[in-house]
Amino acid sequence: MNHLDKLEAQSVYILREAYREFKNICMLWSIGKDSTVLLWLARKAFFGHVPIPLVHIDTHYKIPEMIQYRDDLALKWKLTMVYGENTQALAEKRTFPDGKADRITCCQNLKSEALKNTLSGEWNRYVMNHSTGKYIQDTNREKYTGVIVGVRADEEGSRSKERYFSPRDKENDWDVGDQPPEFWNQFKTDFAPGTHIRIHPLLDWTELNIWEYIERENIPITSLYFDRGDGKRYRSLGCYPCTTPVDSTSKNVSDIIEELKSGKFANIAERSGRAQDKDDGGGLETLRRGGYM
Amino acid sequence: MENREQMNIVIVGHVDHGKSTVIGRLLADTDSLPEGKLEAVKEYCKKNSRPFEYAFLLDALKDEQAQGITIDTARCFFKTGKRDYIIIDAPGHIEFLKNMVTGASRAEAALLVIDAKEGIRENSKRHGHIVSMLGIKQVVVLVNKMDLVDFDSDVFNSIKSEFTEFLTKINIKPLNFIPISAFNGDNIAAASENTLWYEGPTVLAQLDGFANKKENRELPFRMPVQDIYKFTEENDDRRIVAGTVLSGNVKAGDEVVFLPSQKKSIISSIESFNTAPAETAYADQAVGFTLKTQIYIKPGELMVRTNEPLPVLSSRFRVNIFWVGHVPLIKNRNYKLKIGTMRISVKLVEILNIIDAAELNIDTFKDQVERHDVAECILETAKPIAFDAISDLELTGRFVMVDNYEISGGGIILEGVSDSENSLVEHIRDREFLWEKSLISPAEREENYGHKSKFVIITTGSEDNEKTIQAVAKNLENKLFKMNYKAYYLGVSSLLNGLASEGATDSGSRENQIKQIGELARIFTDAGQIFITSVFNLDDYEAEKLKLLNQPNEIIVVNIGESPFNSFKPEENISGGSPVDETVESVCRLLQQQEIILDYYI
Repeated sequence: MNHLDKLEAQSVYILREAYREFKNICMLWSIGKDSTVLLWLARKAFFGHVPIPLVHIDTHYKIPEMIQYRDDLALKWKLTMVYGENTQALAEKRTFPDGKADRITCCQNLKSEALKNTLSGEWNRYVMNHSTGKYIQDTNREKYTGVIVGVRADEEGSRSKERYFSPRDKENDWDVGDQPPEFWNQFKTDFAPGTHIRIHPLLDWTELNIWEYIERENIPITSLYFDRGDGKRYRSLGCYPCTTPVDSTSKNVSDIIEELKSGKFANIAERSGRAQDKDDGGGLETLRRGGYM
Repeated sequence: MENREQMNIVIVGHVDHGKSTVIGRLLADTDSLPEGKLEAVKEYCKKNSRPFEYAFLLDALKDEQAQGITIDTARCFFKTGKRDYIIIDAPGHIEFLKNMVTGASRAEAALLVIDAKEGIRENSKRHGHIVSMLGIKQVVVLVNKMDLVDFDSDVFNSIKSEFTEFLTKINIKPLNFIPISAFNGDNIAAASENTLWYEGPTVLAQLDGFANKKENRELPFRMPVQDIYKFTEENDDRRIVAGTVLSGNVKAGDEVVFLPSQKKSIISSIESFNTAPAETAYADQAVGFTLKTQIYIKPGELMVRTNEPLPVLSSRFRVNIFWVGHVPLIKNRNYKLKIGTMRISVKLVEILNIIDAAELNIDTFKDQVERHDVAECILETAKPIAFDAISDLELTGRFVMVDNYEISGGGIILEGVSDSENSLVEHIRDREFLWEKSLISPAEREENYGHKSKFVIITTGSEDNEKTIQAVAKNLENKLFKMNYKAYYLGVSSLLNGLASEGATDSGSRENQIKQIGELARIFTDAGQIFITSVFNLDDYEAEKLKLLNQPNEIIVVNIGESPFNSFKPEENISGGSPVDETVESVCRLLQQQEIILDYYI
């Protein structure tokens, strides 16, 4: 087995554990390359099926092509596609682009708060109707007790401390200092009422592994990652006011792999184009404790 | 595609002996630092008026920097000409032993760091012990901070001989001892001018000298069944047994047996998505199988080949465990054991000895296993489970224990122990000894009620009949009641938030429900009742257990449709398609034949 086979097998094992142990489980899909690989791995784990609902948090500032790509794949792969949003913050314009919040607060409003309340079922969820391709209000308001997330340990410091199965308490808090032990592929699958577990099948993958796997499996990926003629591409996808494309002429997956291996990105952190990480020394850590993915 | 080798290395040792500095230095000396990261750390040091240290690279979290100790396992990536490394920084502080275990369990090799000036400390030994239990065979000792002892070879040699003696006792043969100063870079990437007396490799050369884990393809085939899938969308009619192969290999056409149920079948196909069809499945692959015959097996069973050495099947076993739970491990309390994909209720039966990992003293007087203890014990599971002794096959000989939602301990199975006298038999003997006899004899009750007492269980092995058995049980109660018999139906789910939820930590577990039903049956049959219940997919062990629990009174097991049993013989088998009324009639006829009810046809 090569290193991609091993990574794949471990992720599949984790996904199957999660599916077996949690009755109310969902998978977060940001539309980015990592969570799309995760979605592909679910199809591997469940032999072509995706028996787990996908949840997307719509900030309404996502690059429009991302939403189109999401709905196209949802239809094609027959996904149970659910989205949630912070309707109130959007209506009251408590956002960074509207000038009423700094970047971190905007993330907290549109992502963390929306996510928390979508997962708990307190706010409306919208689910795709496959016969019309449109979204309707989801009648299922049950709290998701298992949430599968595509974070990788190599992204930045706080993520390198994660577990495959990582508990969050009633307040959504992450107690970094007292995490469950995890060994011999035995994970924390027992949880107290009110708490939930985040599941991280991609923890051991690097950015390069992700692209190598996309190439090997021929996974459809949004074209925002590629240079489409203007010498720019996105290396990491987020909301357009806070995500800037990088200068790159990589036009396809193998160009990107080459660029990551030996080109100019070989030693530059992936999230360097994400502005909210820089606003305070450990911006992402602050966000993550509050439930950011 | 270029295919580079990858290896996980764990770095362990006592707190402040310099593990993080070793890693920081390795990252820097192999040009493995992402540009953004180094600058961020330097910026942070400048802002906080602290001199830059390599260790800060790893202390990415704010509260860690405040405490100045590594609390969790951080993973760092670096590469040499030979392969890619993931280096796991395990915390040295005793409080974070469970994090150290987490980190170390993923490693193929371990670097154990000892401070040359401080020498061997408590966790140098404790970590050695855990590395040994985790089964890490490649261990190298780094004697760090040699600059603080003027690179004195005597200091190095004395630590080397003392520690070698300790490691030998716990079955670790260190590959090498290396004198280093991580802070100054001595013997990390380049041989040091300061240790001309040392002729061995540098740390980097040593890493490249480690052997990658062999794939266990030649060992006997073992696959813990993770789940059984039947996704019916788009007319998919495959019933797939899914899991990750731990060892060995298996082909379509091979005969396999599932343990503990002992059900056999033949592999029909190996299933996968977006790959070419495979003829053989190997160790480490996450796979799926379809079988030639439809047998009902459960997640948690161990799938093995019938023509290879079989695992042990036992409910009692001798183990070595380490305990990281906040609450001590005590006798006769229910814990959850997780081995492979099996989850089962387990009790600590006996403590043979407690080894203080730090000193390796043997303390036989403790009657509980406390946090951070290493102990040799006897455990007993609610039903026999399949495993291999650690000396035969280590992948199927290790387990964890869950206490109050938390993984609180881990262990290795040394051997199975005869379970003829298990704690259930003991419990029933005690219970019967203390049972207060009523003034009314069973015969008097029979005469008064007009029937004998009996425990009637309706079961099935087929999902199609899952609802039917419940209907049959309820209608049987109704029919007997209308005929003035003392019949009572109790559904297993009625216990969920009642009796079965009392006290036990594994209250929701099936084993606990079975136990409660059995205990209740004993009471109801003693009261002269016909006590009826339905249990889906009752297995051999559960049927025997219910029989035992109901003693000295009697039991009738009726199966509808496909049998869930392997060797247990139910009193009656009724075909699956019959209407509920007819099935109830058949059960009544059986009760009459057995002279439980006398005047059925009157």
